[in-house]
Amino acid sequence: MKYNWNWGILLEAEPGGSGTYLQYLLVGLAWTLATALAAWVIALAIGAIVGTLRTTPYRWVERACAAYVELFRNIPLLVQMFLWFFVLPELLPKALGDAVKQMPPPWGSYLPAVLCLGLYMSVRIAEQVRAGIQSLPRGQQMAGTALGLTLPQTYRYVLLPMTFRIILPPLTSEFMNTIKNSAVALTIGLLELTGRARAMQEFSFQVFEAFAAATVIYLLLNVVVVFGMRRLERRVRVPGFIAAGSGAAQAGH
Amino acid sequence: MFGGFDFDVIQRSFAYLFREGMVFTVTLTLLAMSGGIVLGTLLAMMRLSSHAFVSAPAGAYVNLMRSVPLVLVIFWFYFLVPWLGGWVIGAREPIKVGAFWSCVITFTLFEAAYYCEIMRAGIQSISRGQVAAGYAIGLNYWQTMGHVVLPQAFRNMTPVLLTQTVILFQDTSLVYVLSVTDFLGAAAKVANRDHRLVEMYLFAALVYFTVSFAASYAVRRLQSRIAVIR
Amino acid sequence: MISLRNVSKWFGNFQVLNNCSTEVAKGEVVVVCGPSGSGKSTLIKCVNGLEPFQKGEVLVDGISVGAARTDLPKLRSRVGMVFQHFELFPHMSVLANLTLAQVKVLGRTPQSAQSKGLKLLERVGLTAHKDKFPGQLSGGQQQRVAIARALCMDPIAMLFDEPTSALDPEMINEVLDVMVELAQEGMTMMVVTHEMGFANKVAHRVIFMDEGKIVEDAPKDEFFGTPRSERAQLFLSKILHH
Repeated sequence: MKYNWNWGILLEAEPGGSGTYLQYLLVGLAWTLATALAAWVIALAIGAIVGTLRTTPYRWVERACAAYVELFRNIPLLVQMFLWFFVLPELLPKALGDAVKQMPPPWGSYLPAVLCLGLYMSVRIAEQVRAGIQSLPRGQQMAGTALGLTLPQTYRYVLLPMTFRIILPPLTSEFMNTIKNSAVALTIGLLELTGRARAMQEFSFQVFEAFAAATVIYLLLNVVVVFGMRRLERRVRVPGFIAAGSGAAQAGH
Repeated sequence: MFGGFDFDVIQRSFAYLFREGMVFTVTLTLLAMSGGIVLGTLLAMMRLSSHAFVSAPAGAYVNLMRSVPLVLVIFWFYFLVPWLGGWVIGAREPIKVGAFWSCVITFTLFEAAYYCEIMRAGIQSISRGQVAAGYAIGLNYWQTMGHVVLPQAFRNMTPVLLTQTVILFQDTSLVYVLSVTDFLGAAAKVANRDHRLVEMYLFAALVYFTVSFAASYAVRRLQSRIAVIR
Repeated sequence: MISLRNVSKWFGNFQVLNNCSTEVAKGEVVVVCGPSGSGKSTLIKCVNGLEPFQKGEVLVDGISVGAARTDLPKLRSRVGMVFQHFELFPHMSVLANLTLAQVKVLGRTPQSAQSKGLKLLERVGLTAHKDKFPGQLSGGQQQRVAIARALCMDPIAMLFDEPTSALDPEMINEVLDVMVELAQEGMTMMVVTHEMGFANKVAHRVIFMDEGKIVEDAPKDEFFGTPRSERAQLFLSKILHH
C-alpha cells in the first residue's frame, strides 16, 4: 500500500495560475481572517447589547432577547448559512433580492457568510456577557444606585468594565470558534482556508499534504490568538482582582 | 412575499426526509455520543493522571481536536480512515469504509475531545476533601474514583454532557460536505431536484429548531432535578 | 502506636514541617494546637499518608508510612480520620456511607457491615437518620456520622483534623461528647483542635506547634499550668479567656 508523499507539492504551481499551492492556501487564510474578523465585530456589538439587555429588569426586553438567543442557538450554523444564501434573497422585495443575487463572487458568498456567522456568534457572546454580569456581586449595582447613578450609568461605569475583564478568557475561545466556524462558509462558495485545502486535494491528489498544511496553519493561528489575548488580558488587568474562575466547562465549540 | 412558493413539496417528501434523512442524523448522533462519552471519560482520566507520559498525549489530542474546524476533521477522517484501516490489516489498498462509518468515527473522535473537557472539569469540581475522605477509610485510587468521585461528577455534568449532545446533533449537518444524506442532505436533495430551496431549507431549519429547543428544555428541567444536595 | 521521627515537609520552597518528632502511645489522647498555618493539619495528615513528606519517618503500629512497599490503603483502613468539613459522601445515604469501606476494603458481607453500621449509628445517637442523605443533616449530625464511619473500620487509632471548627457553636458539644466517650474507652487519639476545654478534660498530652515546629510537647497539666515557651504562653493567653 503506497501513498506518494510529496511535500514539495506546496511549492508547485496551482492550476488556477495564482502562484504556488502554499500561496493559494495563504490567500484562503486571508479570507478566513477577513470573514472571522468582520463577523466578530458584528458579534461583539450585537452580543454585548443583547447580553446586557437580558440582565435588565424589564420583562419584555428579557423575553425578546431570550427568544433571539434561542432562535440562533437551535438552528445548525450550516442551515443558517443556507437560509442567508439561498432563502433570504427570495424573501426580499424583488428589486433588492435580484441585486443580492447578482453580487459577483466572492462578495456574493462573503457577505452572507459574514452576516450569518456574525449573528450566530453574537448569541454566544450575549450569553457570556450575561453570565459575566450575573457573576458580579449584587452589591455592585446597589452601590452604584446608592450613589445616584441611573441604571444605564451603573451598567456603563460599574458593571460592564468588570464584566469584560472577567469574560476575556471565554471570549478568546469564542474568537477561535469564529475562526473555526468560518470554514462552514465553503458550502456557499467562499474559498477560505479549508475550502482551498479541499480544492488542493482535488487538483493535486496529495490528500494528506493539503490537509496537513491547513491543520498546521489553524494551529499556528490558535497560538497567535491565544498569545494576543493573553497580552490584552495583562494590559487591562485590574490589580488585586482574581476573577472567580469558572471552573465549569461550557459545552459547545 | 410568500407568493409562488409550494409548501406541499414538504408533505410529498416527508417520508423520505424522515425515514432516510432524520434516521441517519439521529443514528449518527447516538453512536457518536456513546462512543464520544466513553472515549472522553478515558481521555479525562488520562489528562488528570499525574504521570506526564499519560496526560501529555491525551492533552495534545484534545487540544488538536479543539483547534481545528470540524469540516476539516471530517475531510481528514474521510481520507485517513481507509488508509489507516488498510495499514492496520496489512492490505494492499486502502479499505473501503463508506461515508457512514467514516462519519461515525469522525464525530466520535471529535466530540470525545469536548466531552473530555466537560468531564475533566466535572471531576475536578469534586472537592479534594472527598478524595481525602475516600483514601482515609482505606479505599484505593480506583475505588475512590469509582465509588466517590465519578458518581458525584456524573450527576453534576450530565446536563452539560446532554447539552453537548444537542450541539453534536446540530453538528451532524456538516456531513453535507461529503454529500451524505442526513436530514439536511435529504432536504437539499429534494430542494435541488424540485427547485424548492426556500421551502425545504425553511422546513429543515424549523425541524432542527424544534428538536434542539425541545431537547434543551428537557435538559434544563433535568438539571434542577438531579443536582446532588450538598 | 504512632511515632513521628524528624519529619520535615516542603511545599515547593516553603517548609511546612520542620523536624517534627513525637510519640503517641496506645490509649493516649494527644491534642495538637497552634495558630493557623503552624502545620498542625499537615502533620496529622502525614500520619495516615494523606500528605507525603520528604524527610523523616512515620510509624503506625510499627509500619512505616513513607516506605514504598507499604500498602497504604490497608494501613489507612486501620486508622480512622475525621475531617473539618465532615466529607460525608453526599450521593450516598448515611448507612451507605458507613458500609462502603467495610465491604470494599475489609471485605465484610453487606449484612455484617450494615449491622455494624447501625450499632455505631446508635452509639452516636443517630439511628433514626440511617436512610437520610448527608445534605439533610445538620453539621453536628454529619460530623457524628463521620465519626461513626471511621469507627466502623475498627481502627487502632483515630485522627481528628479540627473536627468542630466548621460547626455552629450550639453543635460543638454534641460532637465533643462523642469524642470524650471515645477517649474514655481507651482509643488512641490525635486531635487537632482549638477546643481547650476538651483538651483539659481528656487529653494526656498537648503539643503546641508554630511555623512548622513542635514548640512544646508536655503532659496536659504541665502545659496548662506552666508552659515553658513564651509562644505557647502567648497563644494560651489569647484563647483561654473564652
